[in-house]
Amino acid sequence: MTSVFPDLEPLLPRVSKPVQYVGGELNAQVADEDEWDATPVRWALMYPDAYEVGLPNQGVMILYEVLNERPDALAERCYAVWPDLEALMREHRVPAFTVDGHRPVGDFDVLGVSFSTELGYTNLLTTLDLAGVPLHTADRDETHPVVLMGGHAAFNPEPMADFVDVVALGDGEEVVGDITDVVREWKAEGRPGGRAELLDRLAITDGCYVPARYEVSYGDDGGIAAVEPVGGAPRSVQKRTTRDLDEWPYPKAPLVPLAETVHERASVEIFRGCTRGCRFCQAGMITRPVRERSLQGIGEMVDSAVRASGFDEVGLLSLSSADHSEIAEITKGLADRYEGSNTSLSLPSTRVDAFNIDLANEISRNGRRSGLTFAPEGGSERIRRVINKMVSEEDLIRTVSEAFAQGWRQVKLYFMCGLPTEEDEDVLEIAGMAHRVIKAGRAASGHNDVRCTISIGGFVPKPHTPFQWAAQAHPDVVDERLRKLREAVNSDRRLGRNVGMRYHDGKPSLIEGLLARGDRRVGRVVERVWREGGRFDGWSEHFSFERWTESAEAELGPLGVSLDWFTTRERDRDEVLPWDHLDSGLERDWLWDDWQEALAGGEQDDCRWTPCFDCGVCPSTGQDIQVGPSGTQLIPLTVANPVGGNRFGSA
Amino acid sequence: MARVRPGEAANPAPPTVQRIRVRFAKRGRLRFLSHRDIARAFERAVRRAGVPVSHSHGFSPHPRLSWIGAAPTGAASEAEYLEIGLTREVDPAELVEALDRALPSGLDVLEAVVATPPALADRIDAVRWAIELPGVAEGELRTAVDALLAEESVVIERVTPSGRKQIDVRKALVKATVVTASNGPGLATGTAAVAGCAILTAVVRQTTPAVRPDDVLGALDVVAGLTPPVPARATRMAQGLLDDSGDLADPLGTDRVTAQV
Repeated sequence: MTSVFPDLEPLLPRVSKPVQYVGGELNAQVADEDEWDATPVRWALMYPDAYEVGLPNQGVMILYEVLNERPDALAERCYAVWPDLEALMREHRVPAFTVDGHRPVGDFDVLGVSFSTELGYTNLLTTLDLAGVPLHTADRDETHPVVLMGGHAAFNPEPMADFVDVVALGDGEEVVGDITDVVREWKAEGRPGGRAELLDRLAITDGCYVPARYEVSYGDDGGIAAVEPVGGAPRSVQKRTTRDLDEWPYPKAPLVPLAETVHERASVEIFRGCTRGCRFCQAGMITRPVRERSLQGIGEMVDSAVRASGFDEVGLLSLSSADHSEIAEITKGLADRYEGSNTSLSLPSTRVDAFNIDLANEISRNGRRSGLTFAPEGGSERIRRVINKMVSEEDLIRTVSEAFAQGWRQVKLYFMCGLPTEEDEDVLEIAGMAHRVIKAGRAASGHNDVRCTISIGGFVPKPHTPFQWAAQAHPDVVDERLRKLREAVNSDRRLGRNVGMRYHDGKPSLIEGLLARGDRRVGRVVERVWREGGRFDGWSEHFSFERWTESAEAELGPLGVSLDWFTTRERDRDEVLPWDHLDSGLERDWLWDDWQEALAGGEQDDCRWTPCFDCGVCPSTGQDIQVGPSGTQLIPLTVANPVGGNRFGSA
Repeated sequence: MARVRPGEAANPAPPTVQRIRVRFAKRGRLRFLSHRDIARAFERAVRRAGVPVSHSHGFSPHPRLSWIGAAPTGAASEAEYLEIGLTREVDPAELVEALDRALPSGLDVLEAVVATPPALADRIDAVRWAIELPGVAEGELRTAVDALLAEESVVIERVTPSGRKQIDVRKALVKATVVTASNGPGLATGTAAVAGCAILTAVVRQTTPAVRPDDVLGALDVVAGLTPPVPARATRMAQGLLDDSGDLADPLGTDRVTAQV
């Protein structure tokens, strides 16, 4: 018997939100016993957070479909289980399971985990342990799944090097197929050389990094002396880049959850990569170059997703959606198509300088007029130059004035605190900006009922960005600046009462910083935290700063390094960074020069509309930027019922 | 393009011209759906199925689906009801088929009728539950049920989000019988019933707060110390108006259209 559901079912009435563990979502795929037996490579795809966060994840959804379309592969999904169910599973000896077939995770050939954030690391250890898979790669044999790590955090997987067998760098659509080929052939040949040979083969597969095939040595200063490949592994591993997004129109049939999740919409990725060059933004750096989906491709994907799901909102995803070269045609075409159908569009990431009110009106034409959201990121013009987020306050005020005049009531602004070179004044200017938004809003709307919410996150320096050498601000500094900011916001009662302020304390950011720029020695901290009960570190009610600091002291102290050494210390140019052997395409010298430029307050343009500035990605990936016009059209489907066709014979 | 101005209706939606009542089942592992989960699933299913559902007006239009007292999370049901407002007249049989196809397996549409007065809520004042108790011997259950029926009042306490509530289970309990499962399929799970599993059938009058299967079991614990070794599985078998013999009249009356399933 392969389903553990009969053992799980009696536990479900005793846990919160049991529906998250039962599967059965629309568009889910479950292999029956015959298919399972006949399929050579079986993948368990994990998103290492709660179901409500993990289910809408686009990466997992894409790979789930891509793998299930292959005749030689199947894929099922799993998510982190909450501590209440974990305790019952341990008591009743129920292993980690997939929500599709409720098959034990340990029965799969590959366990692929997508890390969007480092704070999910402890959740992987829970799943491995519940699955009966040894925590350390060194302790596994050929009966265990290959534990594969992907996602943005994979660009510095070193803190997880002891726990994962393989790391996939970059876009996943093609590399999962290559990994499937390697595993299938190895199994078909009778598993020659056991697990060691399988890892050797994966170590020479494009885009795959096998940490166990690299030896790391440390110098007297506590830093890395060298990273040496062993057993024929390449010196450097280059990320994968999907060339033509139109050839990968996934997800075609998005999963429709039965439980409530964080995003209740059909999402279509309209382009990948970003060359705006914001220096804090790891996503923008590691996903270059820009590759746009064509107008026709987008139109077909939206149609397919809406029909297959019944969602009433379509999210047009990318790192900066209003930057698509044909965004006006896309939004107008879709608003025309869904006129009168209660289907709304959303652009989750928009830059204020790429935005205009026509766009806003198209987006809200068939649905809800929710608030507008922008991310100036820095309060002062000076700090915005440092981070290269060159949006001007004039642009912002002009846009929000127009929006308030058109009937919008609320604007949300996102900022960061703790940026390199930041002083109190840079943060305090956020208050002035929020006050001016309220003033402009009142003037434009003719009444006082306008609202501005400022949301502030702690800055975490990330690998493969110009800020990878920067010192992270100490949580006390961040907390103190935010306290002063709150005072400044409330200093003018008349304006301040229409400003909402949201922020978290700076402590989780420091731990995220440890994991983001840590090396292999940090793995011991992760394991100790997990053994002492660390779970769901991205959730404030589960996160324990003390558990992390105490574990860091216990594990790193004897090695001559510390939490501060990994986080609040600025690196120099010659230091070997733990991820230097992982190639995101960006030239190290370019990143360093851009870091120096940042310190000097110099701007960097966007190569989509200015000459190339040699970041190195295009020659390295063999892929130029792809921007429109694509010369295609968004097919003007003018169906009376855009969702389900004309089943009820409407005119 | 119609621009929305402040004070104007954001969505001059077409009016409701027909209302259809639907009975559906919540089966198998989907018994763990909450009412909110079910409502979302139906909202999406009517869109996928192309049902011409009418919408509320305003800035945030919602499809007109009205619900009658949902079975609790974790309980299965063969008798859940909702009413759908439509902008165009449709054939109920066609609606059953289209909606059933658009819903995940386990949320199964059973029948639909065109709504006529009186309101659905006025056609339901009691519920019949079947509660499977694996690991409980029939004799033991019968003894406990007899003890419960012998009392005039058995009050249990339930912790709700709004505080502790006293619930008189015995007062709401109209009828209770005990049988042993034959080798048919299990009620709540669709999987094989545990051999020799005792099943309690309880007819419970609608009260506020409602007496749930867990409350009935709580009352059996109070009067006879009955504690099932594994969680019981409850299925709502019917809802309707009580007659003198303790049976329930079908709330969809005689206009039924049976699903082609």
